[in-house]
Amino acid sequence: MSDVTKQSLSELVKNIKSKKLSSSEVTKAFVERSEKSKELNAYITEDYANALNKAKKFDEKPNLDLKLPGIPMAVKDLFCTRDLRTTAGSKILNNFVPTYESTVTQNIWNEGAILMGKLNCDEFAMGSSNETSFFGNVQNPIDKNLVPGGSSGGSSSAVAAQLTPITIGTDTGGSIRQPASFTGTVGLKPTYGSCSRYGIVAFASSLDQAGPMAQNVKDCALLQEVISTYDEKDSTSIDFKRNEYSKELTKDIKGKKIGIPKEYRVDGMPKEIEDLWKKGIEYAKDCGAEIIDISLPHTNYALPTYYIVAPAEASSNLARYDGVKYGFRAEGKNLIDMYEKTRSEGFGAEVQRRIMIGTYVLSSGYYDAYYLKAQKVRKLIKNDFDDAYKKVDAILTPSTPSSAFKIGEKTNDPVSMYLNDIFTVPVNLAGLPGISIPAGHDAKGYPLGLQIIGKAFDEQNILNIAYAMEEKINFKNNITDWWIK
Amino acid sequence: MSKNKSEYLINRHDNQYEVVIGLEVHAQVTSESKLFSTSATKFGAEPNTQVSLVDAAFPGMLPVINEYCVKQAIKTGIGLKAKINKRSVFDRKNYFYADLPQGYQISQFKDPIVGEGKVILDMPDGQKEVGIERLHLEQDAGKSIHDLDPKNTFVDLNRSGVALMEIVSKPDLRSPDEVNAYIKKLRSIMRYLGTCDGNMQEGSLRADVNVSVRKKGSKEFGTRCEIKNVNSIKFMQMAIEYEANRQVDLIEDGQTIDQETRLFDTKKNETRSMRSKEDAHDYRYFPDPDLLPLEVSDDFIENLKSEIPELPDEKKKRFIEKFKLSPYEANILVSDIETSNYFENVIKKSDVKLATNWIIGELFAALNEKNLEITESPISAGNLSKLINLIKDGTISGKIAKTVFEQMMEGDKDPQKIVEEKGLKQESDPKALEALIDKVIDDNRDKATEYKSGKVKLFGFFVGQVMKVSGGKANPQLVNEILKKKL
Repeated sequence: MSDVTKQSLSELVKNIKSKKLSSSEVTKAFVERSEKSKELNAYITEDYANALNKAKKFDEKPNLDLKLPGIPMAVKDLFCTRDLRTTAGSKILNNFVPTYESTVTQNIWNEGAILMGKLNCDEFAMGSSNETSFFGNVQNPIDKNLVPGGSSGGSSSAVAAQLTPITIGTDTGGSIRQPASFTGTVGLKPTYGSCSRYGIVAFASSLDQAGPMAQNVKDCALLQEVISTYDEKDSTSIDFKRNEYSKELTKDIKGKKIGIPKEYRVDGMPKEIEDLWKKGIEYAKDCGAEIIDISLPHTNYALPTYYIVAPAEASSNLARYDGVKYGFRAEGKNLIDMYEKTRSEGFGAEVQRRIMIGTYVLSSGYYDAYYLKAQKVRKLIKNDFDDAYKKVDAILTPSTPSSAFKIGEKTNDPVSMYLNDIFTVPVNLAGLPGISIPAGHDAKGYPLGLQIIGKAFDEQNILNIAYAMEEKINFKNNITDWWIK
Repeated sequence: MSKNKSEYLINRHDNQYEVVIGLEVHAQVTSESKLFSTSATKFGAEPNTQVSLVDAAFPGMLPVINEYCVKQAIKTGIGLKAKINKRSVFDRKNYFYADLPQGYQISQFKDPIVGEGKVILDMPDGQKEVGIERLHLEQDAGKSIHDLDPKNTFVDLNRSGVALMEIVSKPDLRSPDEVNAYIKKLRSIMRYLGTCDGNMQEGSLRADVNVSVRKKGSKEFGTRCEIKNVNSIKFMQMAIEYEANRQVDLIEDGQTIDQETRLFDTKKNETRSMRSKEDAHDYRYFPDPDLLPLEVSDDFIENLKSEIPELPDEKKKRFIEKFKLSPYEANILVSDIETSNYFENVIKKSDVKLATNWIIGELFAALNEKNLEITESPISAGNLSKLINLIKDGTISGKIAKTVFEQMMEGDKDPQKIVEEKGLKQESDPKALEALIDKVIDDNRDKATEYKSGKVKLFGFFVGQVMKVSGGKANPQLVNEILKKKL
């Protein structure tokens, strides 16, 4: 079958289960397309030979009761994978091969999926354009020299370009939803505590959350069902009743109350984003939802709060990369000299910037003014959502304030880069689930996304709303395979 | 230096200085596994054989609290009559060092698991209460080994992540003797509870010592210096003595004391500046986002309370009230859980008074001589109990008992058997004793005459002679009675 890579995850699963396709055929197709797509630079580490072997083994004794039977998949290089190099997009972990597997990826392999390789990302997931990766920029398949978003830029690019039928990313401030929005794909950031953080290279522990990235909502629901498990190895994992999201998926959202927060109408927001949002509201109404104006009064403070909390945690989380135990080490005259050289040479500029910000805001004398105050504001932001959810079932906003920008366009202006996360960051601060679905195009033909934010643990509800709206929107990605010669 | 009762003062010229001491004791929690990982904690294992991915801070590894260590800390808090905080928070203390794999130590900063408590010390001039400020849980670091290679430092992470309790006292201590008593009492309480083995050689108990001085009668505290990581009581006492005198000298010399961290050099017997307040680390404490606040219920605490054994203070009270021991005797017997267990085993079947004397006297002396702990005593509690019963029922005399005791010390032999085998049984047959006494009087006719003419002091001579002739086996009481009649 020549159009294997065009199939959605759900179609592939169906075809493998009905033996119309073998795992080897599917894996081979995605491997071949991946090999032809090196120009996208979506992969940091390829593991094609092993993947093909595993597919062959799967076909010899296929277990068709699994949820992802013999499905090949590449994952963000922030997930530790046993015996396969895991870099977090950083020079400092350039040579790091874990002896252990993250819980989320283990859950995926347990359901029969096969690892194809590790996908590019911003260094330690710090970035909104994948330009901070030590392994170079990733091309957005939408257009040449367009960023795929970040930090899960390799993941969004790979899914949009159909190098992998589905993937997983991580989202600390928008790192799944923003790249999904930039590439015309679907990305879900689950409730904090839904997916285990065990074995995921940490950026900001109180915000990090793994989630599925897919071509459509149904695939997204299926993968969420697989990756979300309670895990005793992560003390922040929450033991709640998890739905069988794909089975319980429904387009019937009649009477659901959807809130429209006025504070998300930010200054200087392009008209096409405003129009997209209006269109989204109409789609939601068409699906039978009730639209309610709401207020999230502390929205303005979300971004500054995020840029205190996340760097503070990162500055401490990244202290372990010191050249002593694993990873890159620069020689030094003594211990301090070795530390300084290792970390100066091993970390890129954006990571160093955030370590410095984080170190500063935690320093004695500044802690109360920055970190402590940020924690208080974070609580207020969460309270805003709690209040809103007394009136509504979900909240609809744009995913990003703009479409994808050109590579290099914002690299010298970190603040304008940070502004990209303005609609996604509050969701992480409040620990809520949020999903981005493609909803239209801007004048340049670049995709634009809408975000649906849910109550904590209410992934099923926002998946349902996304599923219903997806049908009405009927979005088509214009991918021309321009990078394939 | 003057000693008015147990008051410890430093005299210079016309000034008397009081020493103010507070201790931060680091006690290793007795636990099979570490505070946030499942690695073993056995002392003396080969380097880096008890290290998990969490302990070595591999990417993506997360801490999971060990409930047993939490229980141990709460039990210790109960033993210190302290407030147990139902909600406590783990913080990260950030600093770089080669033996600190995470680049931070997980500790408790603002909200410790245990709040204020107290410890009662028995000092020669009465009891003294020392306040406990707090107790918190934290991870130990690994060990850097600098002397194995001229160029490289080796790191052993076996200790990395081992659970410690930091027990912070109020600045209530006033002398090296009080520090000695405080550490011993703390150790005793924790050993009763089974929460810390108190083994200072293995580093299970060490302390940072805060020392300041002030003129006697002053209410203000002086500037303090912190002497880091002292690992024996002797060294603590020496360090305090040196440091207090150093500070007094500075004040007398018109200089000021810098608040600083100092090290005690055990070879030179002096403290040395390690870093000043200005150079102090900024640890950038903040709540560890990998761990939720630690919350314990009332039931959880109540259950632990029901597991608390009788502690030294209560045991001492009981020994005094029930067994009529003197406070001195009771103190000695309760000072260590092993000693009090031994004592209580001995008195299960024997006389309390005799048992007390034999344990505090003969047994301790003998153990001391052989440098043995009570747990290593060659004489079991059961056999000591038998020996005491042989004395009590008149089978052997106290004197013979000492001979038997010596033989028992050679191996845990049954005293009954020793008495039988060696024929050491006391002679209590009046007829046999009469015959013996008659012979002695006969052999010492002249002395007998002298006695009768009023030289009553000679009575002792006759007793001695009878005992000698009997080989020490004659029942002294009966000998007395019969002699009185015969003379």
